[in-house]
Amino acid sequence: MQIETLIWLIPIPPIIAFFVIIFGVNRSNRLSHILAVGAMLVSWAFSMLVFWRAVTTEELGQHPFHVSLNWLPTGNTALKMGVMIDPLSALTLFFVAWTCLMIFIYSIGYNNFGKPRDAEDRPGLPPAKGGIEPMYARFFAFISLFAFGMLTLVIADNLLLLFIGWEIMGLCSYLLIGFWYGKPSARDAMIKAFMTTRVGDVFMLLGLAYLYSVTGTLSFREILYNEQMLSLLASAPSVIPALSTAGLIGLLIFIGTVGKSAQFPLHVWLPDAMEGPTPVSAMIHAATMVSAGVYLVIRFFPLITAGWVEGQHLTPTMVVISMIGGFTALFAATIAVAQNDIKRVLAYSTISQLGYMVAAVGIGAYVAAAFHLVTHAFFKALLFLGSGSVIHGMEHGVHETHEHVDGQDMLNMGGLRRKMPITFWTFLIGGFALSGFPLFTAGFWSKDEILGHAFLNRHFDIFLLLALAALLTAFYTMRQITLTFLGEPRTKAADHAHESVRTMTLPLVVLSIFAIGAGWAGIAEEFPGIGGIIPNWFHEFVGGTLIEHPVTLAFNPVPLLVSIAVSLGGLTLGWLVYRRVQVGASDPLRKPLGGLYTLLENKYYIDEIYDRFIVRPAYWLAETFTYRWIDRGLIDGFLHLVGRTSLRVGAALRSYFDVPVVNGAGDLVGEGVKKIGRTFRVVQTGRVQEYLIVGILFAGIILSYLLVFAR
Amino acid sequence: MTLYQIAFLVAAFLTLIAALMTVSSPSMVHSALWLILTLGGIAVLFLLLNAGFLAVVQVAVYIDAIAIMIIIVVMLTQGAVRQQLRQVSRTWWGAAVAAILLFVSLLVIFVQSPQLASTAPTLVPSQETILKDLGQSLVDVNRYILPFEIASVLLLAALIGSIIVAWPIRRPGQEEGER
Amino acid sequence: MIPLSWYIIFAGLLFCVGLYGALARRNALAILIAIEIMLNAVNINLVAFWRYITPEKVSGQAFALIVFAVAASEAAVGLALIISLYRKRRTVAVEEIDMLKW
Repeated sequence: MQIETLIWLIPIPPIIAFFVIIFGVNRSNRLSHILAVGAMLVSWAFSMLVFWRAVTTEELGQHPFHVSLNWLPTGNTALKMGVMIDPLSALTLFFVAWTCLMIFIYSIGYNNFGKPRDAEDRPGLPPAKGGIEPMYARFFAFISLFAFGMLTLVIADNLLLLFIGWEIMGLCSYLLIGFWYGKPSARDAMIKAFMTTRVGDVFMLLGLAYLYSVTGTLSFREILYNEQMLSLLASAPSVIPALSTAGLIGLLIFIGTVGKSAQFPLHVWLPDAMEGPTPVSAMIHAATMVSAGVYLVIRFFPLITAGWVEGQHLTPTMVVISMIGGFTALFAATIAVAQNDIKRVLAYSTISQLGYMVAAVGIGAYVAAAFHLVTHAFFKALLFLGSGSVIHGMEHGVHETHEHVDGQDMLNMGGLRRKMPITFWTFLIGGFALSGFPLFTAGFWSKDEILGHAFLNRHFDIFLLLALAALLTAFYTMRQITLTFLGEPRTKAADHAHESVRTMTLPLVVLSIFAIGAGWAGIAEEFPGIGGIIPNWFHEFVGGTLIEHPVTLAFNPVPLLVSIAVSLGGLTLGWLVYRRVQVGASDPLRKPLGGLYTLLENKYYIDEIYDRFIVRPAYWLAETFTYRWIDRGLIDGFLHLVGRTSLRVGAALRSYFDVPVVNGAGDLVGEGVKKIGRTFRVVQTGRVQEYLIVGILFAGIILSYLLVFAR
Repeated sequence: MTLYQIAFLVAAFLTLIAALMTVSSPSMVHSALWLILTLGGIAVLFLLLNAGFLAVVQVAVYIDAIAIMIIIVVMLTQGAVRQQLRQVSRTWWGAAVAAILLFVSLLVIFVQSPQLASTAPTLVPSQETILKDLGQSLVDVNRYILPFEIASVLLLAALIGSIIVAWPIRRPGQEEGER
Repeated sequence: MIPLSWYIIFAGLLFCVGLYGALARRNALAILIAIEIMLNAVNINLVAFWRYITPEKVSGQAFALIVFAVAASEAAVGLALIISLYRKRRTVAVEEIDMLKW
């Protein structure tokens, strides 16, 4: 069929699955997961088809697959909605489809399908003893909805449709973080996530509106692939004197990314989002949703870099972006060093790696940023799924030994390489990829490219930040692997852990293949030795998205050596420090670092600062000021006043007017008549003589009157 | 002052005094007796007016019949015990005012009529002629037979009516008559 | 010799005396007596007018005669009523016969 039809069909199966599960099959767990996984499989197939067509099309960047309709008539013109596949979105579609499919399959095993429902499990709490998840169908419905949102975002050809997908994912993130709503920590986390990303979304919407008002369109093609439009936006001054219009819009849209991709200062929601089930953490908070933020900022690279020529000073927007990215990378890496929860480490690692990508965009390394986005999705998803497998194994151990330990605390693990071999090897591959282990892991190639770009364009500040972050990344990754898998089991629960089911380990294997091989598609051609054996397909393909192909950098050994050094050095250091951690011992770094360790462990107390200075005042504003003072006091008070006054006026009218005057008049008539009657009936004495007297008297009076006066 | 005038004045004066005593006498019997005197004075005045027949009728009907009847009924209704009732009602002053007022009005009317000052014209027909004419007029078809007959019917009605009205009430165990 | 006005004034006075008696006495019989006085005054009037205005006709005397008859019948009926009333109410005071009152 037509490729354009295929494109817009991609997000449809998951949303159908969502509705069918919600309204129909949610009672049958088997049908639900069959429907969800089946739908995702169909979407994956379509995505692969489209991707294949995309990579085999020449000059896709100049002639993308594009179809759009007039959607919202606005006077003479109309706002168009449509779908577009250019190289960037084709690539994103590739990794999104793969990771989502793997995670869907993984979820079947993670939610303990096939195990009986434990009588003590309640909906809203995680299964305590390995029984099937009580809200099984609901899980699959939600992740189907999520997949729909992400796929919509990827194939969108305009900012509005992208924003729609963005918000759907925000909703799903909220729903899935708080999936186990019985846990108060989960409830708090879901609200925190939603609120924090909302802050970013507000600014993004502002940017969207600004863009629309200035250009009259939201279509990517018309804005981002349009030389005249870009130069116009770059030269036009905006409301802020230091920024051009393009710069301001780019900055506002970047703030959306800051929220969604958990950059400093809106990073606080991502670690808490680990309250959700692990597949959720993997999919939403590692591979796809947070990647959407980076995808957005990569997409808007032309706008952000409008007016910038490679090799010159960065525009103010780019400076901001790169600084935030670089700072976040180092900042999150330092915190990850002091975390003991296996998922928390990975969360901060995600924040750090996203910082890498953002910094890359900030310094103008388009292809490098996209490259790292793809590779990171694969190995981070792999790492999260691996951690989920570890947690399942630990929980099984806890259940068997009745030992009440935290199954997610790495200090309670150890020696799991023997108990869970597949998990161990795939986790190792993922961890090495994250650390940038030279040559054999995808992460090495993408990280190296970013570092090279930073060094060669003389952004030494960014280079230093990212290099230090890489060192720490390798360190805490090896720390994690050592504590979890190497050495001897530190608790009985770890001793009784066992490998996970096939539906969980198979996706791990598939993802590890990508974690190794994905980097080889983007080897720089100037690389000594192996460069040139495989053409740098990645650079060619993705670079075609821009109007002008980005130049390939000359080779410089310094960034390469630095990259290898920090990677291997960090890994070794981590192994050395942590290989001898004993049972019940605390972290070996605690004593040497002392107060610094406490600071890192408590995430620089940023949550506490936010709570004190932002959250509590907001609550005060809502609770006291708006609710009590204005709403109840002023508005209700006013209404009560009106009510009371009306009542009083009514009562006054009643007692001072109605009763005396109106009633009085009526009564007066009646009573008056009665009184007159009573007064006059005295005349009726019943004695005829008196009647006659009166009659004659009056006759006499009248007669005399007539005689005397009327003559 | 001629004899006639003196006679008139005496008779009129007497009659008025008697009438006044009638209406102001506390005792009923006295009142009835004064009535008889009044009626007699009226008869005298009739004579002075050359209406001898009427004078006789006056005496026969009024004094002999009506006054006697009144005395009998006074006896009947006084009972054995002499009821010392107050004879004038509480509103006697109103009656007095009414009477005086009426008299004054009549006087005012009278004064304005000139004919009233006239003296008596001579009586052209004689007394016997007048009497015969009177008798004939009462039965003359063209004159006053109708009032005459009606008067007799009235008398009959009065006769029967008064008998019926005054018929004693028959109650079981009660003796006939009052008390 | 005797002007008509004397008779008229006299009749008027007599009538007013009778009127006073009829209106001011408590005993029903006394009222009846007073009524008789009034009727007599009327008679005097009639006869006086006959004598002074139309002495040749007899209408005045005839009228007076009819008045006699009427007075007599009325007296008879009135007395019968008084007797009946006395039998029923044991009183002849007109103050106590006030069933027409409110």
